[in-house]
Amino acid sequence: MTQLTSWRQRLRGPQAELIGLTTLLAVVLVLFAITTPRFLTFSTFQSVAFQLPELGLLTLAMLIPILSGGLNLAVTFTANICALSMAWVLQSMGGPDAGFLAFALGAGLALAVGALIGTVMGLIIAHLGAHPILVSLSMMIFLRGVGEFITRGGDISGFPAFVTTLGHGTIAGIPVPLLAFGLAAVVWHVLLTRARLGFSIHMLGSNIEATRYSGINTKRALTLVYTLSGVMAAVAGIIMLSRFNSVRIGHGEAYLLITVLACFLGGVDPFGGFGRTASVVLALVTLQVISSGLNLMGANQHLATGLWGVFLIAVMVGRWSLGQLDFMLGRQTRAGPVASPKPSRKEETP
Amino acid sequence: MAEAGVVRRLVPQSTESWLILVIGLLCIFLTFATDSFLTLPNLFSLLNNSSINLIFAVGLLAVLVAGGIDISFAVAASVVQYLTAIVVMDWLGGGNWALGLAIAAGFGFCLGAINATLIHYFRIISIVVTIATFNAFFGLLMFFTRGVSIFDLPDWWVDRVIVFEHQTARGDFAEITLPVVVMAVMVFLSWLLIHRLNLGRQLYAMGDNPDGARRIGINIAGMHFLAYGWLGICAGIGGLMQAHYVQEVVPNAMYGRELEVLAAVVLGGARLGGGKGTILGAVLGVILISLTNNGLNLLGVSPYAFQMVVGLVILAAITTTNLQTSGLLGSRRKPA
Repeated sequence: MTQLTSWRQRLRGPQAELIGLTTLLAVVLVLFAITTPRFLTFSTFQSVAFQLPELGLLTLAMLIPILSGGLNLAVTFTANICALSMAWVLQSMGGPDAGFLAFALGAGLALAVGALIGTVMGLIIAHLGAHPILVSLSMMIFLRGVGEFITRGGDISGFPAFVTTLGHGTIAGIPVPLLAFGLAAVVWHVLLTRARLGFSIHMLGSNIEATRYSGINTKRALTLVYTLSGVMAAVAGIIMLSRFNSVRIGHGEAYLLITVLACFLGGVDPFGGFGRTASVVLALVTLQVISSGLNLMGANQHLATGLWGVFLIAVMVGRWSLGQLDFMLGRQTRAGPVASPKPSRKEETP
Repeated sequence: MAEAGVVRRLVPQSTESWLILVIGLLCIFLTFATDSFLTLPNLFSLLNNSSINLIFAVGLLAVLVAGGIDISFAVAASVVQYLTAIVVMDWLGGGNWALGLAIAAGFGFCLGAINATLIHYFRIISIVVTIATFNAFFGLLMFFTRGVSIFDLPDWWVDRVIVFEHQTARGDFAEITLPVVVMAVMVFLSWLLIHRLNLGRQLYAMGDNPDGARRIGINIAGMHFLAYGWLGICAGIGGLMQAHYVQEVVPNAMYGRELEVLAAVVLGGARLGGGKGTILGAVLGVILISLTNNGLNLLGVSPYAFQMVVGLVILAAITTTNLQTSGLLGSRRKPA
């Protein structure tokens, strides 16, 4: 019995999500290693390492709003608009001849624009009580419109050569975009687990009224959530600009719902309040490995996208089955009140 | 306080009346600002153009009222288009409208039932399920079709059906086409389902308080299948009409439309989280966005600026409706 109890505790413990995801990743890796001979090579690692950061940074931008009980559907187009403002600085300061100063200024402007977009959304959500999905959705439509209006649907390119090295270069063998993503993930982890704001964000997602009564300025915290999300989207925009050496509105559009998928796969509660950066990063790596592995087998990205969806369903069904198992075992050990393992909660509007 | 009372009486209290006010003002403005707005050809083309989104919108309303959300319906409509095209061409050797509608509705229902099954029996939250099925449907559709469009559709499907025709004094034709009729039928049926049938009250009850609904004996499983199935049927029929309208089946034609329709329906007063929303509101939400696009077009604004203005209109609409409900005028209602 004690063995059973300890197993059940591990099943529910805070590390369970990490253990589960690591196992999943290992299973995926082994499956690909068996079926595809060229899988366990450096080039696979490289393709994962270079493709992960764009999706990863956008997912981090999505993570904080979801944790706070909302959603930010504007992340991809915020990234586009930020990249566009950076491109504007680079172009007006010499185009291909622009120096590091122009790059720094452009990056600064991109971050500021991201923060501004996020803050506007945050203010509307926090002070008017409008639903985050609706606010970010209309912001997305607006930003896409602004971008299309400025670029007329075309590409903006002609940046200095060092921008490309930033997007494709390596430091000590590690791709620069991956370094940026790693750094961003660490910052997010520290913010969410060590900082006051991180604690407030989790609280907002759990119970916003209780948070307000416990003396936290929820409106300020909620606004900051979207500001931070906007800043992270700007970082994603900068990385995308240097990866592709061009800016196009709509770039990364297909990532929008994938970022939400990655957060859910990483065990983030869809209603907010619970979730860990490390799990989300693991989920991202798993998704990217699936995509790169399928690519090696000759399938295209669409099959990978389709299977990502199937994969998320499989993982959720798996979690449900574990919950059922846990529930059944729980009934054997103690006569608790009979309730469904995960009572359906009504969506709260912050 | 007396003044506040007067103000309160003058300010519309429901989202629907707000929308009617805004749409009315917009119509008056456009009538005076352009020559061609208040003409039959323009109004009819507005109706023809917004039919498909209206079919989607009334279906989505059923899901929103029931407390769920669905992101997958637009790509599901594309899947239905392909399946229907394959069935009528390869198996039935042509088919006709009645068969086509039945097949599209059937496939749509099945795709909706997949969502309902996952949501109800596996207790996965609707947004997670439908984002997963969105990716699954779209990815697999693009993979199996290799992104190839179907141009070779049966005649009944692509031939324009003009239900009402009127030649204006200037020689233009004002036409009402089949999608408008189908839209009217679907809107009526949805209205019947949501506002007139007992089933509709049960949907509201479930959306408002799922536990309470379960305890008073509402069949929650049935309600899930009803809401997502109805959206599936609307998506299937909307997909059929979209292919009829553009005379081809393109796998990524509907990609991205789910968010536009969602924005329009929520703009029309449906609450994300369930229990609130009306057919009239959903219809008005879609009409407001179509009207904005149409107006910008007639005013000669660059098409690149359309989306920008539409986004601003929705943002402004949320701001004003929420300002009103959050009690600036002393409204007694709780903010949504």
